[in-house]
Amino acid sequence: MKEDVGIVSYGVYIPRYRIKASSIAKVWGKDSRYIEKGLNITEKSVPGPDEDVATISVEAARYALRRCNINPKDIGAIYIGSESHPYAVKPTGTIVGEAIGATPDLMVADYEFACKAGTAAIQNCIALIKSNIIKYGLAIGADTSQSAPGDALEYTASAGGAAFILGKDKVIVNINATYSFATDTPDFWRREARKYPAHGGRFTGEPAYFKHIINASKNLMEKIGTEPGDYDYAVFHQPNGKFPISVAKKLGFTYEQIEPGLICPFLGNTYSGSSLVGLSAVLDIAKPGDRIFVTSYGSGAGSDSFDLTVTENIKKFKRKNAPTVHELLEDKEYIDYGTYAKFRDLLYWE
Amino acid sequence: MRDVAVIGIGLTKFGELWEKSFRDLITEAGIKAIEDAGISGREIDGIYVGSMSAGRFVGQEHVGALVADSAGLIGVPSTRVESACASGGLAFRQAYLAVASGMHDMVVVGGVEKMTDVVSAEATNTLATAADQEWESFFGVTFPALYALIATRHMHEYGTTREQLAQVAVKNHANGVLNPNAHFKRKITLEDVLNSSPVAYPLRLLDCSPVSDGAAAVILCPLKDAKKYTDKIVKIRGSGQASDTLALYSREDICTFKSTVLASKMAYKQAKIRSKDVDVAEVHDCFTIAEILAIEDLGFFRKGEGGKAVEEGLTEMDGTIPVNTSGGLKAKGHPVGATGVAQIAEIVMQLRGEADKRQVKDAEIGLTHNIGGSGASCVVHILEVV
Repeated sequence: MKEDVGIVSYGVYIPRYRIKASSIAKVWGKDSRYIEKGLNITEKSVPGPDEDVATISVEAARYALRRCNINPKDIGAIYIGSESHPYAVKPTGTIVGEAIGATPDLMVADYEFACKAGTAAIQNCIALIKSNIIKYGLAIGADTSQSAPGDALEYTASAGGAAFILGKDKVIVNINATYSFATDTPDFWRREARKYPAHGGRFTGEPAYFKHIINASKNLMEKIGTEPGDYDYAVFHQPNGKFPISVAKKLGFTYEQIEPGLICPFLGNTYSGSSLVGLSAVLDIAKPGDRIFVTSYGSGAGSDSFDLTVTENIKKFKRKNAPTVHELLEDKEYIDYGTYAKFRDLLYWE
Repeated sequence: MRDVAVIGIGLTKFGELWEKSFRDLITEAGIKAIEDAGISGREIDGIYVGSMSAGRFVGQEHVGALVADSAGLIGVPSTRVESACASGGLAFRQAYLAVASGMHDMVVVGGVEKMTDVVSAEATNTLATAADQEWESFFGVTFPALYALIATRHMHEYGTTREQLAQVAVKNHANGVLNPNAHFKRKITLEDVLNSSPVAYPLRLLDCSPVSDGAAAVILCPLKDAKKYTDKIVKIRGSGQASDTLALYSREDICTFKSTVLASKMAYKQAKIRSKDVDVAEVHDCFTIAEILAIEDLGFFRKGEGGKAVEEGLTEMDGTIPVNTSGGLKAKGHPVGATGVAQIAEIVMQLRGEADKRQVKDAEIGLTHNIGGSGASCVVHILEVV
């Protein structure tokens, strides 16, 4: 019999502050109607002054633990994918490991691959579990994404993250197959010690996001002999509200398949958390037997594709022990651009 | 002066061609033109290339030598020509003069620009080098802003409407759908234009031609030799070029481009025709207002009546003077150095009867109109099928 290896539990955390796209547009003299329509985004989350990738990861991991009955000491690896780790040298993973009580018998490393480091963390946990090196692995994708004031990114760069406990026992979602596609494509980057990322404008679209997601998705489906119609849900990386809709259409998925996991219009782009928060929103409503297709995207560039099946275990899974993605989205407090500028360290004085 | 014929044309696709370099583009267009003419590389004794700003767009100058080298034509004299967005049209004119004078017998003319390797702000700044740096660009003027000033004045003077401007884009997009090489093959409506993002009042996003990559090439030889290569000989009947003040503010009247008026007069005179004899025209519609100015200044319509003519459909494919059957700069795309040569290629296709779904019936005389900057330079050509 095929061995179940996959998701044992999951948890999401989203900071409660929100700023509307219109509030940002107003400051820069832009007409928000065109922004909202062009990017398909109405608001984004903003981390509070005391929040960073470490706190977001701890919250998400604690929510994941609340939903299952595993001993944190049985977690053998913590891999956190982010492009806003609070330290350049010193891992975020040890902070999280200590906070949830998983130390010290623990493999830890922080990952970075733009917005897809979180899914890379899942792949590596799965590999360690399949080779019986660890019992459970904790993979997290989280970010407090950066955007230069006035840059187009400012409308979308948001904060949040998702944590996935992976293992073989009481698996709620089987990871049937995964495949990755990577090339050296400099569409978006941040150099060492620079505060804000740079990007190649429209180059981030066709030759970057679309090329990698389409190749990863097509190649995985070809490898395992599936097609878009075989899936109940699909989730694609969400740098804005438009790209995932467009890539789904190009691949032959319907809007109905992606709508439950399309969170960006109300959350923004949580970078490493983006596709994983989308997947979590689907898991919030998934039923046994549901088949889910997920493809992340990281600039630089690469995509990880996953073929998932929800198991019977989801019926007994304690989803209600932690808030759903939509509950987290509803629990919000709007701030103006001045407060946003204070929270995001945009103000300058001597 | 000898009569000169166009015996071959070659075009790349226009658009955001991420996978193709400057060198790839011009070489592809050149090879296509050579194949179309059915000549061998050994017969070529001159090369002219229009390129506005390869130095800023891709960090490459010395374009003449690069093109000869890439094409495997080492030894052949190769000249790069620059006149901002009219670089392609002017390269064609230089090649025409070279063959007409008897100095050269088989010349390939290329036009090329690779614009998408830089971010849009850098592309805008690079294009703004075609304005007066000291008296316009340093104060923040960009091309959309200059053409917006022209549009505002034209609306004020002649009652040209916002909808008439939009109709230029709607028409050109409709034509672009029929052009397999066009950057945009998408129909748009009047509402799409009127609701697109504002750029510089009254111009909106869909009033503006895009930043594109692409190349075009054509082959010229003396008319007397042309029948050796083709049955569908297209002769150059007239060539005109003129200049005007570099800065827009120095003009007495910004609702007309004097360079267009003078260059077209020169070309009409040489061709011994009048504007009403033209069956099809490719004009420089970098912005919608530019097409309205062009069709007036070329004499197709009286000054101030261009907007109305567009509104009445007179410049559509089945109108009295079909304008920009290729989709124009707006829909076909505007890789600046390539544009003037691509206009020639479109007119040659029309005159040969090879324009497929966008073929203008019984087209015998065609005109091209290529503008540099905000009208400081203009090149006009009149071609005729023999």
